[in-house]
Amino acid sequence: MESESLILFFIVALILVGGAIIFSTLVAPSSLNPVKSEPYECGIPSEGPAWIQFNVGYYLFAIIYLVFDVETVFLFPWGVVMKSIGMRAFIEIIIFFFILGLGLLYAWKKGALKWV
Amino acid sequence: MSSNIYDFSTLTGSIHAWLSGLMSTGWVTFTEMVLVGLAFLLMYALLGLFLVYAERKVCAFMQNRVGPNRVGPYGIIQTIADLIKLLMKELIPIRKSDPLLFNLAPFIVIICSFLALAALPYAKGLQAIDFNIGVFYVMAVSSLSVVGILIAGWSSNSKYSLIGAMRSGAQIVSYELSVGLSLLAIVVFAGTMQLSGIVESQADGWWIFKGHIPAVISFIIFLIASTAEINRGPFDLAEAESELTAGFHTEYSGIKFAFFFLAEYMNMFIVAALGATVFLGGWMPFHVGHWEGFNNIMDYIPSVVWFFSKTFFLIWVIMWFKWTFPRLRIDQLLTLEWKYLLPISLFNIVFIAFIVLMGWHF
Repeated sequence: MESESLILFFIVALILVGGAIIFSTLVAPSSLNPVKSEPYECGIPSEGPAWIQFNVGYYLFAIIYLVFDVETVFLFPWGVVMKSIGMRAFIEIIIFFFILGLGLLYAWKKGALKWV
Repeated sequence: MSSNIYDFSTLTGSIHAWLSGLMSTGWVTFTEMVLVGLAFLLMYALLGLFLVYAERKVCAFMQNRVGPNRVGPYGIIQTIADLIKLLMKELIPIRKSDPLLFNLAPFIVIICSFLALAALPYAKGLQAIDFNIGVFYVMAVSSLSVVGILIAGWSSNSKYSLIGAMRSGAQIVSYELSVGLSLLAIVVFAGTMQLSGIVESQADGWWIFKGHIPAVISFIIFLIASTAEINRGPFDLAEAESELTAGFHTEYSGIKFAFFFLAEYMNMFIVAALGATVFLGGWMPFHVGHWEGFNNIMDYIPSVVWFFSKTFFLIWVIMWFKWTFPRLRIDQLLTLEWKYLLPISLFNIVFIAFIVLMGWHF
């Protein structure tokens, strides 16, 4: 009953989705026509593909997120042993957060947190 | 003191003993796996149906309406009727979409929410997999669903879907940080990431009471950030119906659409269950100091009732948010996370570490 059991949950979820989609394709009616399978765009004929350039802001936030998320992952092991290590762990985390905070301040000052 | 009389491990133990008397070890394991799988499948379906019904009723009462009331008494089988309707609907393939990714996306969102259910402690001795990194696991798996949302939005080849998916991606990854840091606060207090261990550590009081003000701050940050992480209003920019039709699942029809809908509600359940487990004591009953009589009465309420009542309370709070607050703009959303919630949670963690260091928590 350890992490191998996750395979069981994976398979059950796969059966749930796959079974329902197969059942639906069997019972649901199907009458296709070219207009019906157009992507929706306010009811008018769609103009060009959707795979176009989008706002660079999303990318910037993803980059900042990546840095901070990796830091959060490192914080969890610290959280578990904080109680038993005590003073040294506390000083370490203050230094860690100081550097992390500087990073956030830098991004803030550079305007990376501003939505354009 | 925390001797709860309803222990599910005796029940599961007796089922195991009974099965062992009937067949060999390998078959026992197989049968138990099938039983567990069926039980979770049933629970998943029932919870999904119930939550959709509950949302409609809560929404209706908040808007001074009656809500569904025609199908069955008080409309309780309305969602089953809707499910049958969605099953019978045509699955429309989109002409210029990416067929593989388009069909893969519902699988990803459902599998992620289903996997997270495996590690939650529902009652004393009732937990499928008790990971020693439980908190981390639930957080990781439930945040994987952003991949499904991004794939769904991108593969549809519709502008609305793409914008919805990009917004959702930026939003989920941003609020992921605050969810992680607010849960970390309780990990520091409890000294363990195991969900059953965190529940056990709350036998003499829930962390929201034991952890002074920082725990309350963490709880509030957790509520806000997790509401944003599951794309619920007021943070439902990804499917803002007045601007993006339906956001990332605009092009999905029939049962595939139903799966996105179901996953949203199950994610709400997972987030509420995690919050109830970590902050509100999980299946631990409510105890007040030295009121022995009161505490004994509370012990008579089964642990599974405690767990689900706390979870549904949090679900109700999240629904309340949705029907009360107006939707945020994307820049307001990101400002709230990066300029308010993240610095506050960082300071909060330092504060909590100081409290733990001084031994000031109860």
